[in-house]
Amino acid sequence: MDESWTLTVNHAICQGTGLCAGTAPGRFRLDGGKSRPIEDVIDPDDTVLDVAETCPTEAIAIHDSTGRRLAP
Amino acid sequence: MDDTSADVPVVRPYPFGAVTGFEIDPMYFWLQEHEPLSRVKLPYGEEGWLLVRYDDCRMALGDPRFSLAQAAVRDVPRLTPERYGGIMTDLDPPEHTRLRRLVAKAFTVRRVELLRAQAERIAGELLGQMVKAGPPADLVQDFAVPLPGLMICEMLGVPYADRDKFRGWVSAFMSTTALTAEQRGAQMAELAAYLAEVAAERREKPGDDLLSALVAVSEEGDRLTGDELIQLTLQLLTAGYESTASQITNFTYALLTHPDQLTLLRSAPELMPDAVEELMRWVPLLATADTLPRYALEDVQLASGTIPAGAPVLVAKHAANRDPRAYPDPDRIDITRNAQGQLGFGHGAHHCIGAPLARMDMQIAMAALLDRFPGLYLAVPEDELRWKAGMAVRSPMALPVGW
Repeated sequence: MDESWTLTVNHAICQGTGLCAGTAPGRFRLDGGKSRPIEDVIDPDDTVLDVAETCPTEAIAIHDSTGRRLAP
Repeated sequence: MDDTSADVPVVRPYPFGAVTGFEIDPMYFWLQEHEPLSRVKLPYGEEGWLLVRYDDCRMALGDPRFSLAQAAVRDVPRLTPERYGGIMTDLDPPEHTRLRRLVAKAFTVRRVELLRAQAERIAGELLGQMVKAGPPADLVQDFAVPLPGLMICEMLGVPYADRDKFRGWVSAFMSTTALTAEQRGAQMAELAAYLAEVAAERREKPGDDLLSALVAVSEEGDRLTGDELIQLTLQLLTAGYESTASQITNFTYALLTHPDQLTLLRSAPELMPDAVEELMRWVPLLATADTLPRYALEDVQLASGTIPAGAPVLVAKHAANRDPRAYPDPDRIDITRNAQGQLGFGHGAHHCIGAPLARMDMQIAMAALLDRFPGLYLAVPEDELRWKAGMAVRSPMALPVGW
């Protein structure tokens, strides 16, 4: 399986709580008070799914390689 | 306090001293300038490092190399013989994330927005009762306490007929009540039994509320036991209720004593979200550092220096929010400033899960109050206000207002 996930952060709604970067520091970092994925395309990772599902503004989206939205 | 002793760090007894009202001990600001990483000894537990600058505090809250789980197994610096902790705040990622995910959905901005109409209705009803009874009113008992309490009822799905009973139990959390530790414990036990009862009903007949959602999760397997469900609900209640009630009181008091900002807000009500953020920054809700010390899992380089592996840090969020390095002219309330990034809700993996609900409650409460009472005023001289004693969240015990 060469499944991959695409991560995006919607900066219009990100509040910079640091929840994602504090939970998965290898995946997200804060830059100017907003979160950014460190890599946009990653191998499937349940921690990232958990992080996206706990974002208070649901600013983190995960899509699989077929374009299907996995979160939020 | 001379700088020549910097090689051998002084260990200062902590908290520094008694403060009243919204006072912040000047020692925090001295430390920000001269000794940003300092050693402190609390009444109980081992010595710790006190963080007072915004950058250091934010990093310690947001960096997973600082652990909360360690606090459960160490002689953690604390103000009381018993340690402050709970099911959610004794865990680090990834265990913490798995538990948090179960409840996070109920607290997203989008889900909380669905409760906006109820919040506006509740605020309107409470203010209507104040009008009916006539001035003066105690803003604490008549408005600031019942509003978040009734919102929690809405969210949890507490049956309407049980609301007064429920509010009686949860108000036992408030440090304004004169209950003994035993009485408070008895009230908590009754509340836990009640929540278990409602949870059992939701198991039979699920609704669109938080308890139903948690019950569904606990039914799905071993992710959340029935007891954990109750513990989690109690922690959400204790963490969210008094702080929101206190802040509605504090924000009202702050605005009434800063009439320029009150006038500005009345003339530009669209500033309310910014005003709430700025008041969150400016009001030192806790008189001391965060009650949850974090342990460095390895040597961690902060902006002001290194915290050695194994050492606990105490995060003085109230001082960080007044750090001139982060906020120019920090002691001034300015509702037009961008206070986003204020640390009142914390930062990082443990950022307050109830923040969207608390924000909405506070914004609606303040908007409804200012709208209903264009002539709102403090009905007693400022120096006659009595403040909650001890180390609890700060706010006046009562806030007599007229209109």
